[in-house]
Amino acid sequence: MYKYTIKRVLLMFPTLVGAAILVFGLLRLIPGDVCELRMAGEGSFVDPAAIAACQADLGMDQHILVQFWDFIFGFFTFNLGTSMWTSQPITHEIGLRFELSMQVAIIATVFSVIISIPMGTISAIKQNTWIDYVVRTFSIAGIAMPSFWLGILIILGLLITTQAWFGTPWMPPIEYVDPWEDPLGNLSQLIWPALATGYRYSAVATRMTRSALLEVLREDYVRTARAKGLLEKIIINRHALKNAMLPVVTVIGIEFAFLMGGLVVTEQVFNLNGLGKLFVESVTNHDFTLTQALVMLVAFIFVVTNLVVDIFYAWLDPRIRYS
Amino acid sequence: MSTVEETQVHADVEELFDQRSWGQRAADMARKNPLGAMGGLVVLLMIVLAVFANYLTPYDPEANSFEYMLVPPSADFWLGTDQFGRDLWTRIVYGARTALFVGFVAAFVGAFIGLLLGVGSAYFGGKVDLIFQRIMDVFMAFPLIIMALAVVSIFGTGTENVIIAITIPFIPRCARVVRSNALAIREIPYVDAARAMGFSHMRIIMRHMAPNVMAPFLIMLTAFVGQAILLEASLSYLGLGVQEPTPAWGLMLQGGAEEYAESAPWVAVFPGLAITLAVFGFNLFGDAVRDTLDPRLRSQ
Repeated sequence: MYKYTIKRVLLMFPTLVGAAILVFGLLRLIPGDVCELRMAGEGSFVDPAAIAACQADLGMDQHILVQFWDFIFGFFTFNLGTSMWTSQPITHEIGLRFELSMQVAIIATVFSVIISIPMGTISAIKQNTWIDYVVRTFSIAGIAMPSFWLGILIILGLLITTQAWFGTPWMPPIEYVDPWEDPLGNLSQLIWPALATGYRYSAVATRMTRSALLEVLREDYVRTARAKGLLEKIIINRHALKNAMLPVVTVIGIEFAFLMGGLVVTEQVFNLNGLGKLFVESVTNHDFTLTQALVMLVAFIFVVTNLVVDIFYAWLDPRIRYS
Repeated sequence: MSTVEETQVHADVEELFDQRSWGQRAADMARKNPLGAMGGLVVLLMIVLAVFANYLTPYDPEANSFEYMLVPPSADFWLGTDQFGRDLWTRIVYGARTALFVGFVAAFVGAFIGLLLGVGSAYFGGKVDLIFQRIMDVFMAFPLIIMALAVVSIFGTGTENVIIAITIPFIPRCARVVRSNALAIREIPYVDAARAMGFSHMRIIMRHMAPNVMAPFLIMLTAFVGQAILLEASLSYLGLGVQEPTPAWGLMLQGGAEEYAESAPWVAVFPGLAITLAVFGFNLFGDAVRDTLDPRLRSQ
């Protein structure tokens, strides 16, 4: 176990370094930079000397390897530098949004776990009955429905129902509310995007629970438990479900990591200032330093989640760590 | 015991001489897998819409007409019109063309390159395989949408570039699944036999190994089409995908959706319904393909 963990942790580094090279290279391929973009916005004529001065100011005139070294070195010293567009420290820019994205991800996860595990279990137990078909259709629809469209529908529904009941249309607040100061206000803002993404999330987890449980229910030890005369409820809860949870935990972990960085479109719909929106802004502004930091953050969350899931897996299932 | 075996053999032989028509077989499959049949029907419907779009729609999908802005659904405009007076039904039908084009091309190209790389990696093995795996890890370390956004920002927007942006993140996902299947094929003696015959690497990969990983390949392929349609809609919604005035479902939801939510909800509802139905159809169909080809892959 010890050896396996060390091996997995070490494997994490080449991936992260590779990701850093990839994002750094990709950004240098984008035509134009932040200086041209900023100055061209002010007038038609741009003084090349002004652009050169701006580039020198941001350190973009240095050799590409020097820039790359600064980028990597900054990571190991936890000094991410400043945003090229806003000139604010990157940790400050990201910190503001991180909290919001994290909260949406947590609410969506709680919501989907509560829904998906019972639904998947019922669907597997009642395989090929109408209940199974309803659950499967519901979950396939969840994967098919774009969460940004569900978000639009939720806003539409909120506007129409509040108009009908209270006479005035109500929209979730756009300004971020601190959960410790105003928990209700915070929830009334973040629960809708969490629902919109949580549906898809729960659909994925439901399908996984169903197929994993179906596989486990065919195992010999379940037959043994039945032969012993155990109650079906105990067989499902104590014997089958416990073993079927492995792949479900994986899916939940990976989806959580995805929610942290992949909510680009849903945040746009609800006008939330999360990491996804910041990412789109930084890319359109050619804000290289901020984009690099954001992509690395997302990659880091992804890789660490995968690592935790793998180690958890190996801990639960000794066959993996010895293979 | 013997009777059971005999009936089994009998059934197998009967299958060999299956004389039923294609229609009967399709009906039989539909009875066994009603959800899959439903998916197949949706896919078929979409293809018909996309191919015969000219005959199925009364209006021009791109021409504005300011006399008919935001008209509610009626006999003249079945699903209403948008903020530029364009008929929604017409744009949704033509949008099927865009969605299918992007979906099929991105899925085919992505899955095919993934197939080549995956089988190649398994075939060469050793250091090549190890390095290849690490490179795939890097590409897999980002959510699909982030990767696609990065590609779009380099190549720019527009239909062709959206296809590139969607294809690239598909490649490592297909390569990984294909590789794990191809590793088992690599160990079978006929691959060594083919090498002993002096066949080129490319020939062994393409003619000897690739046909044996068709099941996972086709499963990934059908799953990709739905994902590609969804991704194209997301990118177009963000304004980074297909550009006006080309009819595309995600684009139709952009801008109009929130502003006209109360006064013209049809603008926000119908294009989203089209995306959902299309992806739903492809997913059901893909599930059926997976169940038919390889029940063991159920968990993927």
